[in-house]
Amino acid sequence: MTDRPLLSLQQLAVTYPGAPLPALQGIDLRLAPREKLAVIGESGSGKSTLARAIAGLLPGGSHVGGDLIWSGDTPVPGRDIGFVFQDPGGSLDPLLSIGAHLVEVLRTHLPLSPRAARDRAGDLLAQVRLPDPRAALEGYPHQFSGGQRQRIAIALAIAAGPALLIADEATSALDVLVQAEIVALLRDLAEARTMALIFVTHDIGLAAQLADRIAVLRNGRLQEIGPTARVLAAPQAEYTRQLLAAHLDLSSPPLVEARG
Amino acid sequence: MSLLTVTDLSKTHHGARRVRALEDVSLSVDAGETLGLVGPSGCGKSTLARMILRLDRPDAGAIRFDGQDWLALRGRDLRRARGGLQMVFQDPAAAFHPRATVQGALAEALRLHSGMPRAAWATRIADLLTQVDLAPDLAPRPLSTLSGGQQQRVAIARAIATGPRLVVLDEALSALDTSIRGRILALLVRLQRDLGLAYLFIGHDLAVVRAISHRIAVMDAGRIVETGPATKVLAHPQADLTRRLIAAIPTLSPPGDLP
Ligand SMILES: Nc1ncnc2c1ncn2[C@@H]1O[C@H](COP(=O)(O)OP(=O)(O)OP(=O)(O)O)[C@@H](O)[C@H]1O
Ligand SMILES: Nc1ncnc2c1ncn2[C@@H]1O[C@H](COP(=O)(O)OP(=O)(O)OP(=O)(O)O)[C@@H](O)[C@H]1O
Ligand SMILES: [Mg+2]
Ligand SMILES: [Mg+2]
Repeated sequence: MTDRPLLSLQQLAVTYPGAPLPALQGIDLRLAPREKLAVIGESGSGKSTLARAIAGLLPGGSHVGGDLIWSGDTPVPGRDIGFVFQDPGGSLDPLLSIGAHLVEVLRTHLPLSPRAARDRAGDLLAQVRLPDPRAALEGYPHQFSGGQRQRIAIALAIAAGPALLIADEATSALDVLVQAEIVALLRDLAEARTMALIFVTHDIGLAAQLADRIAVLRNGRLQEIGPTARVLAAPQAEYTRQLLAAHLDLSSPPLVEARG
Repeated sequence: MSLLTVTDLSKTHHGARRVRALEDVSLSVDAGETLGLVGPSGCGKSTLARMILRLDRPDAGAIRFDGQDWLALRGRDLRRARGGLQMVFQDPAAAFHPRATVQGALAEALRLHSGMPRAAWATRIADLLTQVDLAPDLAPRPLSTLSGGQQQRVAIARAIATGPRLVVLDEALSALDTSIRGRILALLVRLQRDLGLAYLFIGHDLAVVRAISHRIAVMDAGRIVETGPATKVLAHPQADLTRRLIAAIPTLSPPGDLP
Protein backbone atom coordinates (compact mmCIF):
# COMPACT_ATOMS: atom_id res chain seq x y z
CA MET A 1 0.00 0.00 0.00
CA THR A 2 1.54 3.24 -1.11
CA ASP A 3 -1.05 5.55 0.48
CA ARG A 4 -0.22 7.03 3.84
CA PRO A 5 -2.34 4.99 6.24
CA LEU A 6 -5.52 6.53 7.62
CA LEU A 7 -4.93 4.60 10.79
CA SER A 8 -2.22 2.41 12.14
CA LEU A 9 -2.33 0.10 15.13
CA GLN A 10 0.87 -1.04 16.78
CA GLN A 11 0.74 -3.82 19.33
CA LEU A 12 -2.75 -2.74 20.34
CA ALA A 13 -4.04 -4.53 23.44
CA VAL A 14 -7.36 -4.09 25.23
CA THR A 15 -8.37 -5.35 28.67
CA TYR A 16 -11.92 -4.71 29.85
CA PRO A 17 -12.42 -3.39 33.38
CA GLY A 18 -12.21 -6.24 35.85
CA ALA A 19 -11.37 -8.82 33.18
CA PRO A 20 -8.49 -11.14 34.07
CA LEU A 21 -7.25 -11.46 30.48
CA PRO A 22 -6.94 -9.07 27.54
CA ALA A 23 -9.71 -9.30 24.94
CA LEU A 24 -7.21 -8.20 22.29
CA GLN A 25 -3.46 -8.29 22.18
CA GLY A 26 -0.52 -7.69 19.87
CA ILE A 27 -2.62 -6.24 17.05
CA ASP A 28 -0.57 -4.66 14.25
CA LEU A 29 -2.66 -3.26 11.44
CA ARG A 30 -2.61 -0.40 8.93
CA LEU A 31 -5.75 0.83 7.26
CA ALA A 32 -5.37 2.85 4.05
CA PRO A 33 -7.75 5.70 3.18
CA ARG A 34 -10.65 4.26 1.15
CA GLU A 35 -9.70 0.72 2.06
CA LYS A 36 -12.42 -1.87 2.72
CA LEU A 37 -11.24 -4.21 5.46
CA ALA A 38 -13.25 -7.16 6.71
CA VAL A 39 -12.62 -8.45 10.24
CA ILE A 40 -13.72 -12.04 10.71
CA GLY A 41 -13.51 -14.63 13.47
CA GLU A 42 -15.67 -16.70 15.74
CA SER A 43 -17.85 -15.43 18.55
CA GLY A 44 -15.77 -13.89 21.35
CA SER A 45 -12.61 -13.56 19.24
CA GLY A 46 -12.41 -9.79 19.81
CA LYS A 47 -13.94 -8.37 16.62
CA SER A 48 -16.26 -5.91 18.36
CA THR A 49 -13.51 -5.02 20.81
CA LEU A 50 -11.28 -4.03 17.88
CA ALA A 51 -14.09 -2.03 16.31
CA ARG A 52 -14.85 -0.25 19.59
CA ALA A 53 -11.19 0.49 20.28
CA ILE A 54 -10.82 2.13 16.86
CA ALA A 55 -14.06 4.08 17.26
CA GLY A 56 -13.19 5.21 20.79
CA LEU A 57 -16.24 3.44 22.17
CA LEU A 58 -14.66 1.16 24.80
CA PRO A 59 -16.29 1.28 28.23
CA GLY A 60 -14.64 3.59 30.75
CA GLY A 61 -11.91 1.90 32.77
CA SER A 62 -10.79 -0.34 29.90
CA HIS A 63 -7.05 -0.65 29.67
CA VAL A 64 -5.62 0.06 26.22
CA GLY A 65 -1.98 -0.76 25.48
CA GLY A 66 0.13 -0.13 22.37
CA ASP A 67 -0.52 2.65 19.87
CA LEU A 68 -3.44 3.73 17.78
CA ILE A 69 -2.22 6.43 15.41
CA TRP A 70 -4.41 8.48 13.06
CA SER A 71 -2.89 10.26 10.08
CA GLY A 72 -4.70 13.54 10.77
CA ASP A 73 -6.27 15.06 13.86
CA THR A 74 -7.79 12.80 16.47
CA PRO A 75 -11.13 11.84 14.93
CA VAL A 76 -14.44 12.79 16.49
CA PRO A 77 -16.76 9.74 16.83
CA GLY A 78 -20.01 10.33 14.97
CA ARG A 79 -18.36 12.87 12.65
CA ASP A 80 -15.12 11.35 11.41
CA ILE A 81 -16.00 7.77 12.27
CA GLY A 82 -19.46 6.36 11.62
CA PHE A 83 -20.67 3.23 13.40
CA VAL A 84 -23.44 0.80 12.42
CA PHE A 85 -24.44 -1.97 14.82
CA GLN A 86 -26.16 -5.31 14.44
CA ASP A 87 -29.49 -4.22 15.84
CA PRO A 88 -30.83 -1.59 13.46
CA GLY A 89 -33.43 -0.47 15.96
CA GLY A 90 -30.90 0.11 18.74
CA SER A 91 -29.49 3.32 17.28
CA LEU A 92 -32.93 4.82 16.60
CA ASP A 93 -35.20 6.61 19.10
CA PRO A 94 -38.77 5.34 18.67
CA LEU A 95 -40.19 8.78 19.47
CA LEU A 96 -38.15 10.73 16.89
CA SER A 97 -39.01 10.94 13.21
CA ILE A 98 -36.36 9.75 10.76
CA GLY A 99 -35.91 13.34 9.56
CA ALA A 100 -35.35 14.58 13.13
CA HIS A 101 -32.68 11.90 13.70
CA LEU A 102 -30.77 12.95 10.62
CA VAL A 103 -31.14 16.70 11.14
CA GLU A 104 -29.83 16.35 14.68
CA VAL A 105 -26.68 14.51 13.61
CA LEU A 106 -26.13 16.83 10.65
CA ARG A 107 -26.47 20.02 12.67
CA THR A 108 -24.36 18.70 15.54
CA HIS A 109 -21.41 18.18 13.23
CA LEU A 110 -21.89 20.50 10.26
CA PRO A 111 -22.70 24.21 9.98
CA LEU A 112 -26.08 23.80 8.30
CA SER A 113 -29.32 25.73 8.55
CA PRO A 114 -32.38 23.64 9.56
CA ARG A 115 -33.60 23.84 5.99
CA ALA A 116 -30.30 22.83 4.42
CA ALA A 117 -29.99 20.00 6.94
CA ARG A 118 -33.45 18.76 5.98
CA ASP A 119 -32.50 18.75 2.28
CA ARG A 120 -29.29 16.93 3.07
CA ALA A 121 -31.25 14.38 5.14
CA GLY A 122 -33.45 13.58 2.14
CA ASP A 123 -30.35 13.16 -0.04
CA LEU A 124 -28.85 10.76 2.48
CA LEU A 125 -31.95 8.57 2.50
CA ALA A 126 -31.80 8.52 -1.28
CA GLN A 127 -28.14 7.48 -1.13
CA VAL A 128 -28.98 4.48 1.04
CA ARG A 129 -31.73 3.71 -1.51
CA LEU A 130 -34.67 3.98 0.84
CA PRO A 131 -37.84 4.01 -1.25
CA ASP A 132 -39.54 7.42 -1.36
CA PRO A 133 -36.87 9.21 0.73
CA ARG A 134 -38.72 12.55 1.14
CA ALA A 135 -41.78 10.84 2.61
CA ALA A 136 -39.55 8.64 4.79
CA LEU A 137 -38.29 11.75 6.61
CA GLU A 138 -41.72 12.07 8.20
CA GLY A 139 -41.83 8.40 9.25
CA TYR A 140 -40.98 6.84 12.62
CA PRO A 141 -38.65 3.85 13.18
CA HIS A 142 -41.41 1.29 13.80
CA GLN A 143 -42.92 2.00 10.39
CA PHE A 144 -39.90 0.50 8.61
CA SER A 145 -38.76 -3.10 8.14
CA GLY A 146 -35.52 -4.36 9.69
CA GLY A 147 -33.65 -3.89 6.44
CA GLN A 148 -35.04 -0.40 5.97
CA ARG A 149 -34.11 0.53 9.54
CA GLN A 150 -30.58 -0.67 8.86
CA ARG A 151 -30.44 1.60 5.77
CA ILE A 152 -31.56 4.50 7.98
CA ALA A 153 -28.88 3.63 10.54
CA ILE A 154 -26.30 3.67 7.73
CA ALA A 155 -27.58 7.05 6.54
CA LEU A 156 -27.10 8.36 10.09
CA ALA A 157 -23.62 6.89 10.32
CA ILE A 158 -22.45 8.51 7.08
CA ALA A 159 -24.35 11.80 7.58
CA ALA A 160 -21.37 13.88 8.69
CA GLY A 161 -19.11 12.51 5.95
CA PRO A 162 -16.85 10.24 8.03
CA ALA A 163 -13.47 9.11 6.70
CA LEU A 164 -14.17 5.69 8.20
CA LEU A 165 -17.35 3.69 8.55
CA ILE A 166 -17.35 0.74 10.94
CA ALA A 167 -20.13 -1.81 10.45
CA ASP A 168 -20.23 -4.37 13.31
CA GLU A 169 -22.35 -7.38 12.23
CA ALA A 170 -24.56 -4.82 10.52
CA THR A 171 -26.27 -7.44 8.36
CA SER A 172 -26.39 -10.41 10.76
CA ALA A 173 -29.97 -9.85 11.90
CA LEU A 174 -31.32 -9.51 8.36
CA ASP A 175 -32.56 -12.15 5.97
CA VAL A 176 -30.25 -13.21 3.16
CA LEU A 177 -31.97 -11.13 0.49
CA VAL A 178 -31.80 -7.91 2.49
CA GLN A 179 -28.31 -8.83 3.68
CA ALA A 180 -27.03 -9.03 0.11
CA GLU A 181 -28.53 -5.60 -0.64
CA ILE A 182 -26.93 -3.97 2.41
CA VAL A 183 -23.52 -5.46 1.64
CA ALA A 184 -23.72 -4.07 -1.90
CA LEU A 185 -24.85 -0.71 -0.51
CA LEU A 186 -21.91 -0.50 1.92
CA ARG A 187 -19.47 -1.41 -0.83
CA ASP A 188 -20.90 1.19 -3.22
CA LEU A 189 -21.03 3.92 -0.55
CA ALA A 190 -17.42 3.33 0.44
CA GLU A 191 -16.37 3.58 -3.18
CA ALA A 192 -18.51 6.60 -4.06
CA ARG A 193 -17.66 8.60 -0.93
CA THR A 194 -13.93 7.89 -0.63
CA MET A 195 -14.57 6.46 2.79
CA ALA A 196 -12.72 3.58 4.42
CA LEU A 197 -14.84 0.68 5.69
CA ILE A 198 -14.26 -1.81 8.48
CA PHE A 199 -16.78 -4.60 8.07
CA VAL A 200 -17.01 -6.91 11.08
CA THR A 201 -18.66 -10.26 10.43
CA HIS A 202 -18.49 -13.91 11.44
CA ASP A 203 -19.35 -14.87 7.86
CA ILE A 204 -16.32 -15.31 5.64
CA GLY A 205 -18.61 -15.44 2.59
CA LEU A 206 -19.88 -11.91 3.25
CA ALA A 207 -16.34 -10.68 3.83
CA ALA A 208 -15.42 -12.05 0.42
CA GLN A 209 -18.22 -10.04 -1.19
CA LEU A 210 -16.84 -6.63 -0.37
CA ALA A 211 -13.43 -6.49 1.25
CA ASP A 212 -10.09 -5.50 -0.26
CA ARG A 213 -8.36 -7.23 2.64
CA ILE A 214 -9.48 -9.68 5.31
CA ALA A 215 -8.19 -9.78 8.89
CA VAL A 216 -8.78 -12.99 10.83
CA LEU A 217 -9.03 -12.86 14.63
CA ARG A 218 -8.99 -15.68 17.12
CA ASN A 219 -8.72 -15.50 20.91
CA GLY A 220 -7.91 -11.80 20.74
CA ARG A 221 -5.00 -12.21 18.34
CA LEU A 222 -4.62 -11.51 14.66
CA GLN A 223 -4.17 -14.86 12.92
CA GLU A 224 -3.51 -13.34 9.54
CA ILE A 225 -4.31 -10.36 7.36
CA GLY A 226 -4.03 -10.14 3.60
CA PRO A 227 -5.70 -9.33 0.30
CA THR A 228 -9.08 -11.02 0.03
CA ALA A 229 -8.19 -13.20 -2.95
CA ARG A 230 -4.99 -14.38 -1.27
CA VAL A 231 -6.63 -15.17 2.08
CA LEU A 232 -9.35 -17.15 0.31
CA ALA A 233 -7.09 -18.98 -2.12
CA ALA A 234 -4.02 -19.49 0.04
CA PRO A 235 -4.86 -19.04 3.73
CA GLN A 236 -1.77 -19.00 5.92
CA ALA A 237 -3.33 -19.69 9.30
CA GLU A 238 -4.78 -23.09 10.12
CA TYR A 239 -7.76 -21.30 11.67
CA THR A 240 -8.53 -19.51 8.40
CA ARG A 241 -8.53 -22.89 6.68
CA GLN A 242 -11.08 -24.11 9.24
CA LEU A 243 -13.31 -21.11 8.58
CA LEU A 244 -13.11 -21.69 4.84
CA ALA A 245 -13.94 -25.36 5.32
CA ALA A 246 -17.01 -24.47 7.41
CA HIS A 247 -18.36 -22.09 4.78
CA LEU A 248 -21.43 -23.37 2.99
CA ASP A 249 -22.43 -22.47 -0.54
CA LEU A 250 -23.70 -24.28 -3.59
CA SER A 251 -20.37 -26.00 -4.14
CA SER A 252 -20.38 -27.58 -0.66
CA PRO A 253 -21.27 -31.25 -0.63
CA PRO A 254 -24.75 -31.85 0.86
CA LEU A 255 -24.71 -33.65 4.21
CA VAL A 256 -27.62 -35.92 3.30
CA GLU A 257 -28.47 -37.80 0.15
CA ALA A 258 -31.33 -36.40 -1.88
CA ARG A 259 -34.46 -38.49 -2.11
CA GLY A 260 -37.12 -38.64 -4.76
CA MET B 1 -47.45 -42.70 4.90
CA SER B 2 -46.13 -39.32 5.96
CA LEU B 3 -45.24 -38.65 9.58
CA LEU B 4 -46.56 -35.09 9.38
CA THR B 5 -49.13 -33.81 6.93
CA VAL B 6 -50.26 -30.20 6.87
CA THR B 7 -53.26 -29.49 4.65
CA ASP B 8 -54.53 -26.07 3.55
CA LEU B 9 -53.51 -24.30 6.72
CA SER B 10 -54.51 -20.63 6.99
CA LYS B 11 -53.90 -18.07 9.69
CA THR B 12 -54.51 -14.33 9.93
CA HIS B 13 -52.83 -12.38 12.72
CA HIS B 14 -54.93 -9.55 14.14
CA GLY B 15 -52.33 -7.14 15.50
CA ALA B 16 -52.02 -3.44 14.78
CA ARG B 17 -52.81 -4.48 11.22
CA ARG B 18 -54.26 -7.71 9.83
CA VAL B 19 -51.61 -10.00 8.38
CA ARG B 20 -52.48 -13.07 6.37
CA ALA B 21 -49.50 -15.02 7.68
CA LEU B 22 -50.51 -18.37 6.14
CA GLU B 23 -52.69 -19.01 3.12
CA ASP B 24 -53.64 -22.60 2.26
CA VAL B 25 -50.27 -24.03 3.21
CA SER B 26 -49.81 -27.75 2.56
CA LEU B 27 -46.70 -29.84 3.12
CA SER B 28 -45.59 -33.21 4.44
CA VAL B 29 -42.60 -34.73 6.18
CA ASP B 30 -41.79 -38.45 6.05
CA ALA B 31 -40.28 -40.39 8.95
CA GLY B 32 -36.50 -40.00 8.99
CA GLU B 33 -36.61 -37.17 6.46
CA THR B 34 -35.56 -33.53 6.59
CA LEU B 35 -37.84 -30.99 4.96
CA GLY B 36 -36.16 -27.59 4.63
CA LEU B 37 -38.45 -24.56 4.76
CA VAL B 38 -36.96 -21.32 3.41
CA GLY B 39 -38.28 -17.86 2.72
CA PRO B 40 -37.60 -14.21 3.48
CA SER B 41 -38.24 -12.58 6.83
CA GLY B 42 -41.95 -12.29 7.62
CA CYS B 43 -43.12 -14.87 5.08
CA GLY B 44 -44.82 -16.98 7.77
CA LYS B 45 -42.28 -19.70 8.63
CA SER B 46 -42.47 -19.29 12.40
CA THR B 47 -46.25 -18.95 12.27
CA LEU B 48 -46.40 -22.34 10.58
CA ALA B 49 -43.96 -23.84 13.11
CA ARG B 50 -46.10 -22.55 15.99
CA MET B 51 -49.23 -24.16 14.51
CA ILE B 52 -47.45 -27.50 14.13
CA LEU B 53 -46.18 -27.31 17.71
CA ARG B 54 -49.70 -26.43 18.95
CA LEU B 55 -48.46 -23.12 20.37
CA ASP B 56 -51.11 -21.32 18.34
CA ARG B 57 -54.23 -22.42 16.42
CA PRO B 58 -54.85 -22.02 12.71
CA ASP B 59 -58.03 -20.41 11.36
CA ALA B 60 -58.52 -23.27 8.94
CA GLY B 61 -56.84 -26.43 7.74
CA ALA B 62 -55.74 -29.77 9.16
CA ILE B 63 -52.60 -31.28 10.66
CA ARG B 64 -52.01 -35.02 10.97
CA PHE B 65 -49.06 -36.23 13.03
CA ASP B 66 -48.14 -39.86 13.50
CA GLY B 67 -51.53 -41.00 12.25
CA GLN B 68 -53.51 -38.74 14.56
CA ASP B 69 -55.71 -35.69 14.03
CA TRP B 70 -53.17 -33.45 15.72
CA LEU B 71 -55.37 -30.40 16.18
CA ALA B 72 -58.08 -32.47 17.89
CA LEU B 73 -55.81 -33.83 20.66
CA ARG B 74 -56.52 -32.43 24.11
CA GLY B 75 -55.39 -32.72 27.72
CA ARG B 76 -53.55 -35.88 28.69
CA ASP B 77 -53.51 -37.30 25.15
CA LEU B 78 -51.91 -34.11 23.87
CA ARG B 79 -49.35 -34.02 26.68
CA ARG B 80 -48.36 -37.60 25.98
CA ALA B 81 -48.19 -37.09 22.23
CA ARG B 82 -46.13 -33.90 22.57
CA GLY B 83 -43.04 -35.91 23.48
CA GLY B 84 -43.05 -37.08 19.87
CA LEU B 85 -42.79 -33.61 18.42
CA GLN B 86 -40.08 -31.33 19.77
CA MET B 87 -38.59 -27.98 18.87
CA VAL B 88 -35.39 -25.96 18.89
CA PHE B 89 -35.54 -22.19 18.41
CA GLN B 90 -33.03 -19.55 17.38
CA ASP B 91 -32.22 -18.13 20.78
CA PRO B 92 -31.28 -20.91 23.20
CA ALA B 93 -30.94 -18.50 26.12
CA ALA B 94 -34.61 -17.53 25.79
CA ALA B 95 -35.70 -21.18 25.65
CA PHE B 96 -34.48 -21.99 29.17
CA HIS B 97 -35.29 -20.74 32.61
CA PRO B 98 -32.69 -18.02 33.30
CA ARG B 99 -31.18 -19.79 36.30
CA ALA B 100 -31.57 -23.37 35.06
CA THR B 101 -28.66 -25.75 35.08
CA VAL B 102 -27.93 -28.14 32.22
CA GLN B 103 -29.21 -31.13 34.20
CA GLY B 104 -32.22 -29.16 35.44
CA ALA B 105 -33.30 -28.36 31.90
CA LEU B 106 -32.91 -31.96 30.76
CA ALA B 107 -34.55 -33.45 33.88
CA GLU B 108 -37.59 -31.25 33.26
CA ALA B 109 -38.04 -32.78 29.80
CA LEU B 110 -37.62 -36.31 31.19
CA ARG B 111 -40.14 -35.63 33.97
CA LEU B 112 -42.74 -34.29 31.54
CA HIS B 113 -42.47 -36.79 28.76
CA SER B 114 -40.43 -39.89 29.37
CA GLY B 115 -42.12 -41.76 32.22
CA MET B 116 -38.59 -42.83 33.17
CA PRO B 117 -37.96 -43.46 36.90
CA ARG B 118 -36.15 -40.59 38.59
CA ALA B 119 -33.26 -42.89 39.54
CA ALA B 120 -32.44 -43.36 35.86
CA TRP B 121 -32.31 -39.68 34.97
CA ALA B 122 -28.65 -39.00 35.77
CA THR B 123 -27.45 -41.76 33.48
CA ARG B 124 -29.82 -40.67 30.74
CA ILE B 125 -28.66 -37.03 31.06
CA ALA B 126 -25.02 -38.04 30.75
CA ASP B 127 -25.96 -40.13 27.73
CA LEU B 128 -27.86 -37.24 26.11
CA LEU B 129 -24.95 -34.84 26.63
CA THR B 130 -22.58 -37.33 25.05
CA GLN B 131 -24.90 -37.66 22.07
CA VAL B 132 -24.67 -33.93 21.38
CA ASP B 133 -20.89 -33.87 21.86
CA LEU B 134 -20.91 -32.19 25.25
CA ALA B 135 -18.91 -33.42 28.22
CA PRO B 136 -21.22 -35.02 30.83
CA ASP B 137 -19.47 -33.00 33.55
CA LEU B 138 -21.23 -29.91 32.18
CA ALA B 139 -24.43 -31.23 33.80
CA PRO B 140 -24.32 -29.16 37.02
CA ARG B 141 -23.33 -25.91 35.24
CA PRO B 142 -25.80 -23.03 34.98
CA LEU B 143 -26.80 -22.60 31.33
CA SER B 144 -25.84 -18.93 31.46
CA THR B 145 -22.18 -19.93 31.78
CA LEU B 146 -22.23 -21.89 28.50
CA SER B 147 -21.37 -20.45 25.10
CA GLY B 148 -24.11 -19.96 22.51
CA GLY B 149 -23.08 -23.10 20.65
CA GLN B 150 -23.04 -25.16 23.85
CA GLN B 151 -26.47 -23.85 24.86
CA GLN B 152 -27.87 -24.74 21.47
CA ARG B 153 -26.55 -28.30 21.86
CA VAL B 154 -28.29 -28.53 25.26
CA ALA B 155 -31.49 -27.38 23.52
CA ILE B 156 -31.02 -30.19 20.98
CA ALA B 157 -30.33 -32.67 23.80
CA ARG B 158 -33.54 -31.57 25.49
CA ALA B 159 -35.46 -31.96 22.24
CA ILE B 160 -34.25 -35.54 21.74
CA ALA B 161 -34.63 -36.47 25.43
CA THR B 162 -38.25 -37.44 24.96
CA GLY B 163 -37.59 -39.74 22.01
CA PRO B 164 -39.36 -37.55 19.44
CA ARG B 165 -40.08 -38.60 15.88
CA LEU B 166 -40.02 -35.04 14.52
CA VAL B 167 -37.98 -32.04 15.62
CA VAL B 168 -38.88 -28.57 14.35
CA LEU B 169 -35.79 -26.35 14.16
CA ASP B 170 -36.78 -22.71 13.64
CA GLU B 171 -33.66 -20.69 12.68
CA ALA B 172 -31.92 -22.87 15.23
CA LEU B 173 -28.44 -22.32 13.80
CA SER B 174 -28.79 -18.74 12.56
CA ALA B 175 -27.12 -17.10 15.55
CA LEU B 176 -24.09 -19.40 15.60
CA ASP B 177 -20.76 -18.79 13.96
CA THR B 178 -19.92 -20.90 10.95
CA SER B 179 -17.56 -23.38 12.57
CA ILE B 180 -19.98 -24.24 15.40
CA ARG B 181 -22.83 -24.30 12.88
CA GLY B 182 -20.95 -26.87 10.81
CA ARG B 183 -20.46 -29.11 13.85
CA ILE B 184 -24.13 -28.90 14.82
CA LEU B 185 -25.28 -29.68 11.28
CA ALA B 186 -23.12 -32.80 11.32
CA LEU B 187 -24.55 -33.68 14.74
CA LEU B 188 -28.13 -33.36 13.47
CA VAL B 189 -27.38 -35.64 10.54
CA ARG B 190 -25.83 -38.22 12.86
CA LEU B 191 -28.80 -38.12 15.25
CA GLN B 192 -31.13 -38.55 12.30
CA ARG B 193 -29.22 -41.61 11.15
CA ASP B 194 -28.96 -43.13 14.63
CA LEU B 195 -32.45 -42.34 15.91
CA GLY B 196 -34.49 -42.12 12.70
CA LEU B 197 -35.51 -38.54 13.47
CA ALA B 198 -37.38 -36.36 10.99
CA TYR B 199 -36.67 -32.61 10.89
CA LEU B 200 -38.58 -29.59 9.74
CA PHE B 201 -35.57 -27.31 9.28
CA ILE B 202 -36.53 -23.64 8.95
CA GLY B 203 -34.14 -20.94 7.78
CA HIS B 204 -33.67 -18.12 5.34
CA ASP B 205 -30.19 -19.14 4.22
CA LEU B 206 -30.60 -21.58 1.36
CA ALA B 207 -26.94 -22.65 1.52
CA VAL B 208 -27.45 -24.00 5.05
CA VAL B 209 -30.93 -25.43 4.44
CA ARG B 210 -29.78 -27.18 1.29
CA ALA B 211 -26.88 -28.88 3.08
CA ILE B 212 -29.12 -30.77 5.48
CA SER B 213 -32.44 -31.18 3.63
CA HIS B 214 -33.73 -34.04 1.53
CA ARG B 215 -36.54 -31.88 0.24
CA ILE B 216 -37.07 -28.12 0.27
CA ALA B 217 -40.23 -26.01 0.42
CA VAL B 218 -39.97 -22.31 -0.47
CA MET B 219 -42.39 -19.90 1.17
CA ASP B 220 -43.33 -16.37 0.11
CA ALA B 221 -45.92 -14.12 1.75
CA GLY B 222 -47.77 -16.96 3.48
CA ARG B 223 -47.79 -19.38 0.55
CA ILE B 224 -45.65 -22.32 -0.48
CA VAL B 225 -44.38 -21.33 -3.92
CA GLU B 226 -42.21 -24.36 -4.64
CA THR B 227 -41.49 -27.82 -3.18
CA GLY B 228 -39.19 -30.56 -4.40
CA PRO B 229 -36.08 -32.65 -3.82
CA ALA B 230 -33.26 -30.37 -2.65
CA THR B 231 -31.07 -31.09 -5.66
CA LYS B 232 -33.89 -30.33 -8.08
CA VAL B 233 -34.99 -27.10 -6.38
CA LEU B 234 -31.40 -25.84 -6.45
CA ALA B 235 -30.61 -26.97 -9.98
CA HIS B 236 -33.93 -26.05 -11.58
CA PRO B 237 -35.67 -23.44 -9.45
CA GLN B 238 -39.22 -22.75 -10.61
CA ALA B 239 -40.18 -19.74 -8.51
CA ASP B 240 -38.62 -16.33 -8.93
CA LEU B 241 -38.08 -16.13 -5.15
CA THR B 242 -36.09 -19.38 -5.23
CA ARG B 243 -33.85 -17.91 -7.91
CA ARG B 244 -33.30 -14.78 -5.80
CA LEU B 245 -32.50 -16.84 -2.70
CA ILE B 246 -29.98 -18.85 -4.71
CA ALA B 247 -28.39 -15.66 -6.08
CA ALA B 248 -28.05 -14.25 -2.54
CA ILE B 249 -25.85 -17.12 -1.32
CA PRO B 250 -22.43 -15.58 -0.65
CA THR B 251 -19.72 -17.41 -2.52
CA LEU B 252 -16.06 -17.33 -1.69
CA SER B 253 -15.10 -15.50 -4.87
CA PRO B 254 -13.73 -12.01 -4.14
CA PRO B 255 -15.71 -9.00 -5.43
CA GLY B 256 -13.56 -8.60 -8.53
CA ASP B 257 -14.63 -12.06 -9.68
CA LEU B 258 -18.35 -11.36 -9.47
CA PRO B 259 -20.18 -11.63 -12.76
N1 LIG C 1 -17.78 -4.97 28.33
C1 LIG C 1 -17.06 -6.10 28.49
N2 LIG C 1 -16.53 -6.41 29.70
C2 LIG C 1 -15.79 -7.53 29.87
N3 LIG C 1 -15.51 -8.44 28.90
C3 LIG C 1 -16.02 -8.16 27.66
C4 LIG C 1 -16.82 -7.00 27.40
N4 LIG C 1 -17.18 -7.03 26.09
C5 LIG C 1 -16.61 -8.14 25.58
N5 LIG C 1 -15.92 -8.84 26.51
C6 LIG C 1 -15.17 -10.09 26.32
O1 LIG C 1 -14.12 -9.84 25.40
C7 LIG C 1 -13.96 -10.92 24.50
C8 LIG C 1 -14.10 -10.41 23.06
O2 LIG C 1 -15.46 -9.98 22.88
P1 LIG C 1 -15.98 -9.31 21.54
O3 LIG C 1 -17.30 -8.76 21.84
O4 LIG C 1 -14.92 -8.36 21.03
O5 LIG C 1 -16.05 -10.57 20.60
P2 LIG C 1 -16.65 -10.69 19.11
O6 LIG C 1 -15.57 -11.29 18.27
O7 LIG C 1 -17.21 -9.39 18.68
O8 LIG C 1 -17.79 -11.78 19.32
P3 LIG C 1 -19.27 -11.91 18.66
O9 LIG C 1 -19.06 -12.53 17.30
O10 LIG C 1 -19.97 -12.84 19.59
O11 LIG C 1 -19.86 -10.52 18.60
C9 LIG C 1 -14.99 -11.96 24.88
O12 LIG C 1 -14.36 -12.91 25.71
C10 LIG C 1 -16.01 -11.16 25.67
O13 LIG C 1 -16.66 -11.99 26.61
N1 LIG D 1 -48.52 -12.56 17.06
C1 LIG D 1 -48.57 -11.83 15.93
N2 LIG D 1 -49.44 -10.79 15.81
C2 LIG D 1 -49.48 -10.06 14.68
N3 LIG D 1 -48.74 -10.30 13.58
C3 LIG D 1 -47.87 -11.32 13.64
C4 LIG D 1 -47.73 -12.13 14.81
N4 LIG D 1 -46.78 -13.06 14.58
C5 LIG D 1 -46.33 -12.84 13.32
N5 LIG D 1 -46.99 -11.81 12.75
C6 LIG D 1 -46.81 -11.33 11.36
O1 LIG D 1 -47.07 -12.43 10.51
C7 LIG D 1 -46.15 -12.45 9.41
C8 LIG D 1 -45.38 -13.76 9.44
O2 LIG D 1 -44.54 -13.76 10.59
P1 LIG D 1 -43.56 -14.98 10.93
O3 LIG D 1 -42.94 -14.70 12.25
O4 LIG D 1 -44.30 -16.25 10.78
O5 LIG D 1 -42.49 -14.85 9.76
P2 LIG D 1 -41.10 -15.64 9.55
O6 LIG D 1 -41.14 -16.21 8.18
O7 LIG D 1 -40.87 -16.58 10.69
O8 LIG D 1 -40.05 -14.45 9.58
P3 LIG D 1 -38.52 -14.41 10.15
O9 LIG D 1 -37.66 -15.02 9.08
O10 LIG D 1 -38.26 -12.92 10.28
O11 LIG D 1 -38.49 -15.15 11.44
C9 LIG D 1 -45.27 -11.21 9.59
O12 LIG D 1 -45.82 -10.18 8.81
C10 LIG D 1 -45.39 -10.89 11.05
O13 LIG D 1 -45.20 -9.50 11.28
MG1 LIG E 1 -19.20 -8.74 18.24
MG1 LIG F 1 -39.35 -16.71 12.17
